[in-house]
Amino acid sequence: MTERLVVIGNGMASLRFLERLTERASGRFDVTCVGAEPVAAYNRVLLSSLLGGEVDEAACTFRGLDWYAAHGITLVTGAPVTVVDPGARIVQVGEGLVLPFERLVLAVGSVPIRLPKPGMDLPGVITFRDLADVAAIRKAAVAGARAVVIGGGLLGLEAAVGLRRLGVDTTLLHVMDRLMERQLDHAAAGLVRDAMEARGVRVRLRADTEAVEGEGRVERLRLTDGTVLPADLVVMSVGVRPSTALAAAAGLEVGRGIRVDDRLETSVPGIHALGECAEHRGVTYGLVEPAYEQAEILARHLCGEDAAYAGTTLSTSLKVSGLPVFSAGLVDVPEGAEAVTWSDPAAGLYRKLVIGDDRLVGAVFVGDVGEQGWCKTLIRTGDALAPGDRDDLMFGRAPPRPGAAHPLAA
Amino acid sequence: MNLHVPALGPEADPVRTTCPYCGVGCGVLARPDGQGGASVAGDPAHPANHGRLCSKGSTLGETLSLDDRVLHPAIAGRRVGWDEALDAVADGLRRTAEAHGPESVAFYLSGQLLTEDYYVANKLAKGFIGTPHVDTNSRLCMSSAVAAHRRAFGSDTVPGCYEDLDEADLLVLVGSNTAWCHPILFRRMLDARTKRGTKIVVIDPRRTQTGEEADLFLGLRPGTDTALFSGLLVHLSDHGALDARYIADHTAGFEPALERARQIAPDAAATARATGLGEAEVGTFFALFRATPRVVTAFSQGVNQSAQGTDKANAIINCHLATGRIGTPGTGPFSLTGQPNAMGGREVGGLANMLAAHMHFAPEEVDLVRRFWSAPRIITGEGLKAVPLFEAIERGKIKALWVMGTNPAVSMPRADRVRAALGRLDTFVVSEVAAGTDTVRARNAIVLPALAWGEKDGTVTNSERRITRQRTFLKAPGEARADWWILAQVGRRLGHAKQFAWPTVAAVFREHAALSEFENRGSRDFDIGGLADLSDAAYEAAAPVQWPLTRKAKAGERRLFASGGFYTRDRRARFVAVQKPALADATSDAFPLRLNTGRVRDHWHTLTRTGKSPRLSAHRAVPFVEIHPDDAARAGVADGDLARVRTPHGAAVLEVTVTPGAQAGMLFAPMHWSEANTSDGRVGALAQGAADPVSGQPELKATPASLTPEPYRSRGYLITRAAVPAPHGWWWARAIVEGGSGLIFASQEGAAEAALLMRELFPEAAFSEYADPARGVYRGAAFRDGRLLGALALAPAAERPSWEAAKAFFRTQELLEPPARRALISGRAESAGSGPLVCACHTVGLDVIRGAVADGARSVEAVGAACKAGTNCGSCIPEIRELLAAALAPSPA
Repeated sequence: MTERLVVIGNGMASLRFLERLTERASGRFDVTCVGAEPVAAYNRVLLSSLLGGEVDEAACTFRGLDWYAAHGITLVTGAPVTVVDPGARIVQVGEGLVLPFERLVLAVGSVPIRLPKPGMDLPGVITFRDLADVAAIRKAAVAGARAVVIGGGLLGLEAAVGLRRLGVDTTLLHVMDRLMERQLDHAAAGLVRDAMEARGVRVRLRADTEAVEGEGRVERLRLTDGTVLPADLVVMSVGVRPSTALAAAAGLEVGRGIRVDDRLETSVPGIHALGECAEHRGVTYGLVEPAYEQAEILARHLCGEDAAYAGTTLSTSLKVSGLPVFSAGLVDVPEGAEAVTWSDPAAGLYRKLVIGDDRLVGAVFVGDVGEQGWCKTLIRTGDALAPGDRDDLMFGRAPPRPGAAHPLAA
Repeated sequence: MNLHVPALGPEADPVRTTCPYCGVGCGVLARPDGQGGASVAGDPAHPANHGRLCSKGSTLGETLSLDDRVLHPAIAGRRVGWDEALDAVADGLRRTAEAHGPESVAFYLSGQLLTEDYYVANKLAKGFIGTPHVDTNSRLCMSSAVAAHRRAFGSDTVPGCYEDLDEADLLVLVGSNTAWCHPILFRRMLDARTKRGTKIVVIDPRRTQTGEEADLFLGLRPGTDTALFSGLLVHLSDHGALDARYIADHTAGFEPALERARQIAPDAAATARATGLGEAEVGTFFALFRATPRVVTAFSQGVNQSAQGTDKANAIINCHLATGRIGTPGTGPFSLTGQPNAMGGREVGGLANMLAAHMHFAPEEVDLVRRFWSAPRIITGEGLKAVPLFEAIERGKIKALWVMGTNPAVSMPRADRVRAALGRLDTFVVSEVAAGTDTVRARNAIVLPALAWGEKDGTVTNSERRITRQRTFLKAPGEARADWWILAQVGRRLGHAKQFAWPTVAAVFREHAALSEFENRGSRDFDIGGLADLSDAAYEAAAPVQWPLTRKAKAGERRLFASGGFYTRDRRARFVAVQKPALADATSDAFPLRLNTGRVRDHWHTLTRTGKSPRLSAHRAVPFVEIHPDDAARAGVADGDLARVRTPHGAAVLEVTVTPGAQAGMLFAPMHWSEANTSDGRVGALAQGAADPVSGQPELKATPASLTPEPYRSRGYLITRAAVPAPHGWWWARAIVEGGSGLIFASQEGAAEAALLMRELFPEAAFSEYADPARGVYRGAAFRDGRLLGALALAPAAERPSWEAAKAFFRTQELLEPPARRALISGRAESAGSGPLVCACHTVGLDVIRGAVADGARSVEAVGAACKAGTNCGSCIPEIRELLAAALAPSPA
C-alpha cells in the first residue's frame, strides 16, 4: 500500500524535494502538497530581477500544474494549513479540508521580519518576500517616487537595485557599519557599496530607523539620529524568521526553527522539516542551496537510502547588480588564523582567504568568483592546502608553462 | 622633457663615429632619431668590427637621454655662468700653485677623454702649471702593459694588429674575459677557429664564458701567470723551439731571463706545482705553443691589474721574442685595452710617468717638449701615479685636483678612503657628464658640464694603434662644452693665451701630430707626422688609420718589429728577468679568501652610461659575488643569498652566485656598482692599493677577503616610473627598466610595512594589492586613472621574487586592462614571459631559447635562426652553448 505523504509548503525547497522523490520512487507515495501562495512554486531568487523588470513572471515559474498531475501529486494552492495533529496523523487545511498522512514534510519557509517600530503597519510599508510583495512594490514604484529600503542584506540590496532600475529614487538603510556583514568583510562590503552607489542607490550605514510616519500612508522615515527621509514607499528587508507557529502548535520541538535530526526528522517520528523553517544542529539557513541539499537528502532517506544531512557550508554566491559576490565559511579572521587578501577596488575586485592551521576556513570574493567551487570544497573537506594553492585560489591555476609552443620559436 | 637636438636632419647620411666603450674601437654609424636618441649600427667599413657591434655598442642609442646630465657649470651646487666657473678654476689652481708650489696641483684624467682633450690637459699641467701629477684611470687598466712594452721594446708599442687574430693558429688569452669584455674581437677569434681551426687557450683563475669556449682552459692559481710563462720559456728553450737568429740579431738579455725563468719553473712539473695546474695540461699547453708558429698571446686586466703585472706581461713577451713570433701575420703579444682611448692618452703622454708624445724625462726630451710648447714651467721628472696621488691628497700634499671624465670615488682601490680624501681638497674641479656620480657627490666641487659621446668631436686610438674619429651627431645640450675648450679657456686665464689659442679641435690635433714628429727622425715609435698638416676639412673626413704614420709614409704600419728595429738605444728588444711571482698580500684566518674584481658582459665602468639602458641593465641587475660551491657551503650561503664580503679596506653586501666556475678560495665581484645605484655594493672600496713596483698599477684582483651570510627577512623589488630614493635600512640596487626605474631590495620588513610604503610613495593612487602577512608576502601596484605608477613585491628572502614579469607592464603608458592588472599582482606573466635576459641585442630571454631547443634547435646557429639570440654581437653564444649542452645531455640514469 502506498504511504500517504503530505508536504506543507510549495516553495523552492518543497519542489526540489518533490522532484527528487518522484525521480526515485514514483508511485511509492501518495503525495499531497499544500501551498499557501496562490501559485505553484516559483523561483524566489529571481524576485529582485522581476522587481527591476529584467525578467517577467513567466521566467520565474518552475513546473506547470501538469507536472504535478503527471507525477501523481495532488497540489493544493492558496490554502494555508491551519492545524497539524501528530497524534491523529492529520493536517487540516483552511476550514474544512483534512488530509491524513503517514509521513509529513514541513517546508513552510520563513516570514519576513517587520521592525517593532512605530508606523510599520502604515500602507506603503512593504516586505519583500513573494510575488505579491513584488506586485505591491511595483505598483507603488511610480516614476518620481521615493523609496527607502531598510536592510543591507542580500535581499535588501537586490530590492534597492530593482527599485532603482524602475527609476525610483532609492535610499538603502543599514543599521550595521557595512553591508551584508554576515557574508562580507569591510573591504568586500565597501566594494559592494561602491557598486550600489554606481547604480544610483544611496547607501546609509549605521542608520537606525526610529519610526515610519505619515497620514494614512507612508510619507517619511525618521532615523534615531534625527534625520528625516521623505518616502513614498518603504521596503522592509531586515531578515526572516523561520515559520514555526504551526509546528509549535502541534507540539513539535522548536527552537529558532523546527528542530530536525540528520534525517531531517522532527521530534515526532514520521514528521520531517526542511528548508528555511528547519533548524539542524542549531543552525537555520536562509538560502536556497542548503534547502536543496536537504531536499535531496530527505528524498533519498524516504526512498530507503542511507542518507544523512551533515549541514551545509555557509556560502553565498550572488550578483549584486551584476557584481559577482561569493562568501563562504568564516568572514572575519579568528584568533590564530591568517588572512590572504587581494584587493583592487578600482577594478572592482577583492578576494580574501581565511586560513587556519593551513586549512581554508573562509573566503570572500567580489568581482570575480572564479575559484568559488574549489573554495567550498576545501572548506567542506578541511584538506590541508598544498604549496601553491594560495596563489592558485587567489589568481586561478597558472596556465601550463609554454615550451614547444612559444610563438617566437615557431 | 629634456631632449637632445640632433646635429643633422633625418634625411642626412648617418655619421661615422667610434664606439665609446672598450679598446676594440668599433666603427659606429649613428643617426639621430629626432627624439633625443639615435639609432646606431656597426660601420661595415671600419676595420675593427666590419659592421658588428656588441650588446653595449648596439644599445648606445638607449644611453643618450639627458636624464642625470650635468648641463651647466656649478660651484658648490650653485649654478653659475661659464666665466665665473672658469675664473674660479683658474683662481683655484693659481692660488694653490702660488701658495704650495705647482706640485700641489694634480689632474686625474680618463681613457674616456678624446686624444685632443688629453693633449691639452697634459700640456696645461706639465708645461704651464708645472705639475707632474697628471695621471689617469688608465693606471688601473693597462699601465702594466705599457711598462712591459717599454721594458721590452723601449717604447709603448703594440706590435700587431687585429688581423693577427684572424690569422693565428693559436690564440692564448691570459687574464682576459674576451667573450664579455671585447666581444667583437672574440667573434673574430671564433671566426678564425671556424675558418682555419685556430685553437683557443684561456688562462684565468676564473672559468669565465671565455674559458667555457676554450679548447684548453687553464685555471691557474691567481698571480702565477709569470710561473706559467717562465716554464714555457724554459720548455721552448729545452725543446729547441727558440728562434736563435731573432734572439741574436734583435734582442738582448736572453740568458739572464732564461736563467731566472729556470729558477722559477724549471720544467712542466715545477710549473704545475707553482700554478696549481695539472702537469698534463701544462704539458699540453707547452707543446701547443711550441708547435704553433702563428700564436697570439692576448692579455687584459688579469695580467695588468696586479702587483706583478709588468713581470707577467714581460714573461709573455719573453716567449714571443724568444720564438721570433712578433710583428709577423698571426703572431705577437697583444694587450687588449679596456678603454676607448687609453691608447690616445698614452700617445699624448697623459700619464704621470710620461712627459708627452711617447717621450719621457731624458734631458733632451724635456728640452724638446719645452721648446715645442714654449713652456714656461716644463716638468723634469715623473709625477705621482694614481694610488700615491690620492694618498697625497689624503695627506694634504696635493690641494687642488681636476678630475675629468672618471669616477675615482668608485673605481679606485680603497675607494672609501679616496672618496673621503676628496673632501680635503682646497680646489676640486670635476669635468663631468653624469650628475649623480659618487665623485661629483663626494664634495662641493666646481662641476663643469662636459660633452658626452655623440656630442664631442675628436679622435680616439684603439688597441691596434688605429686612430679613428669620434664625431658629433647631437648638438651640445645645455651649456656643455668640449673638454679641450674648457682646458684652453683655463690656460688662457692663467696667462697663456698664445699657447692655448686653438680655434678648432682639428688645430689641437695638428699640434699633437706635429709634436709627435718634432725632431723625431725615427727615434720614437709614435710619429704621426703624416697627419700634422691635415686641413680642417680633411680632419673632418679622416678615415681610420694606424700609426706610426710618418710624413713620408703612404700608409700606417700594420705590424712592427718583425725585423727588430726596437726603440731602445741599441735598437734591440730586451728580455726581462722576471721576479718569482707572489701576490701582494697573503690570506689569513680573518681573510681566508681572495677577491677578484672585473666587469660583466653588459655593463661598463660605473654604470653612468650602460646604467641608462634597460636592455643592458637586464643581464645582471644587482651587484653579486661568485663563489665556489665548497666555499659557499663552508660559509653557509646558498645561491641567491646575500653575503657580506669584507677585506681590510672595506665591506660590501652582495648577492651570492654559487658557481663551479669560481676557483675554490676565490671570490669574484663586478666593480660597476656605486653609491649612486646600490646601498652596499661599492666593490672598489674592498680592493687593496698594493701596486706593481714598475707600472704603479694596483692589484685589484687578489685582495684577501672573508665572506659571511647577511641575512634579511625579505627580498623584493620596487619599480616606479621615476626613480625614488630607497627607504632607510634597505639593501638595494637600482637598475633602469623600460618605462621605469627599479630597485631590487632586501629588508627586515614585512607585508604591512610594504603596504605602508606604497601609500607613502603614491599618496593619491589607487592600489591593487595582494597581501599574505603571515607568510610575509606582499605585491602591490599603484595606479592613477588606470595607468600604472609603480609596483612593489616583497617575499621571504628565500623566495626572491623575480621582477621579469612585472617589468613588462611598465613598457607601456597605456591603461592596464583587468587581466593585466591581475597578472601584475599575481606575479605571473599575462602571457608567457621570456625569462631572464640572455641576448641583450635582440632581447631574447632564457625561456625563449629553451623553447627553441625544445623545438629541435640543436646548435647555436639553429637557436639563432629560431629566435635571433646570439646573431648580433655573439657575446651570449657561450651561454646559449651551455643551455644546449644542458638540454641535450643524456639525463642521468
